[in-house]
Amino acid sequence: MARVVVDVMPKPEILDPQGQAVAGALPRLGFHGVTEVRQGKHFELEVDDSVDDETLAKIAEGFLANPVIEEWTVRRVS
Amino acid sequence: MRIGVITFPGTLDDIDAARAVRYADAEAVSLWHADADLRGVDAVIVPGGFSYGDYLRCGAIARFAPVMGSVIEAAGKGMPVLGICNGFQILCEAGLLPGALVRNKKLHFVCRDQWLRVENDSTAWTGRYEAGTEILIPLKSGEGGYVAEQSTLDELEGEGRVVFRYAGSNPNGSRDDIAGICSADGRVVGLMPHPEHAIDALTGPSDDGLGMFYSVLDRIGAPAA
Repeated sequence: MARVVVDVMPKPEILDPQGQAVAGALPRLGFHGVTEVRQGKHFELEVDDSVDDETLAKIAEGFLANPVIEEWTVRRVS
Repeated sequence: MRIGVITFPGTLDDIDAARAVRYADAEAVSLWHADADLRGVDAVIVPGGFSYGDYLRCGAIARFAPVMGSVIEAAGKGMPVLGICNGFQILCEAGLLPGALVRNKKLHFVCRDQWLRVENDSTAWTGRYEAGTEILIPLKSGEGGYVAEQSTLDELEGEGRVVFRYAGSNPNGSRDDIAGICSADGRVVGLMPHPEHAIDALTGPSDDGLGMFYSVLDRIGAPAA
């Protein structure tokens, strides 16, 4: 078994209104100095040894992320 | 003429879509997400709602439903397909239409009667309109902002594949005010607003949406453009 982490983020050129809303809320909560927030998704997958890197890449590119609007990274953490 | 209307778990607007088909004097055929059989229909409507709860991304899970494999195959052979709202998102996720729909620019769910300008009157779903006409149909979506790579936007504009554009103010931050687009052969159309809710002045803001359902009946069986 292994733990795999897939992080998915909106591409830099894609407007991220959710991240902007979070950034806009911070000063109202008294937190200053945060100039930008971007919001993405974090997936943790428990996979058995039969799942190779090529399969993980397909899962990330073909399903967890939408390559039109998002970037992603795949890493094995254990 | 038989027009299929797909129901996924979480679909909301299949009933109104089927009603619109019947208003146009065609037979509405229910298609189930888990069944790959298209039941001999002549065209397919992928209606709006929140398929699979919009989990992961809008349309991301629905695109893998068994029925969608058959829809993709049939669209490749020229079957007309109309994606409305969540249906548009599903067609984009499935690769039948380019680009993607993202969270509205101001985050609010927008629910209002929306003026659209018909930009292309030669698709399988817009033959009954005249380019330049403005129509009033409901828009109700939280993730209706159309985005695509600049090269894709250029291609869509260059080939006249922007089918509908928001008239007046842009409700959701869609690039170039795009409300709906079509495939290269003009037989697959997706749009965020809801023509099936505007088929009768008693129940909608107008009957401007009915033209889409009549249009496809004119086109069924005709060779691809």
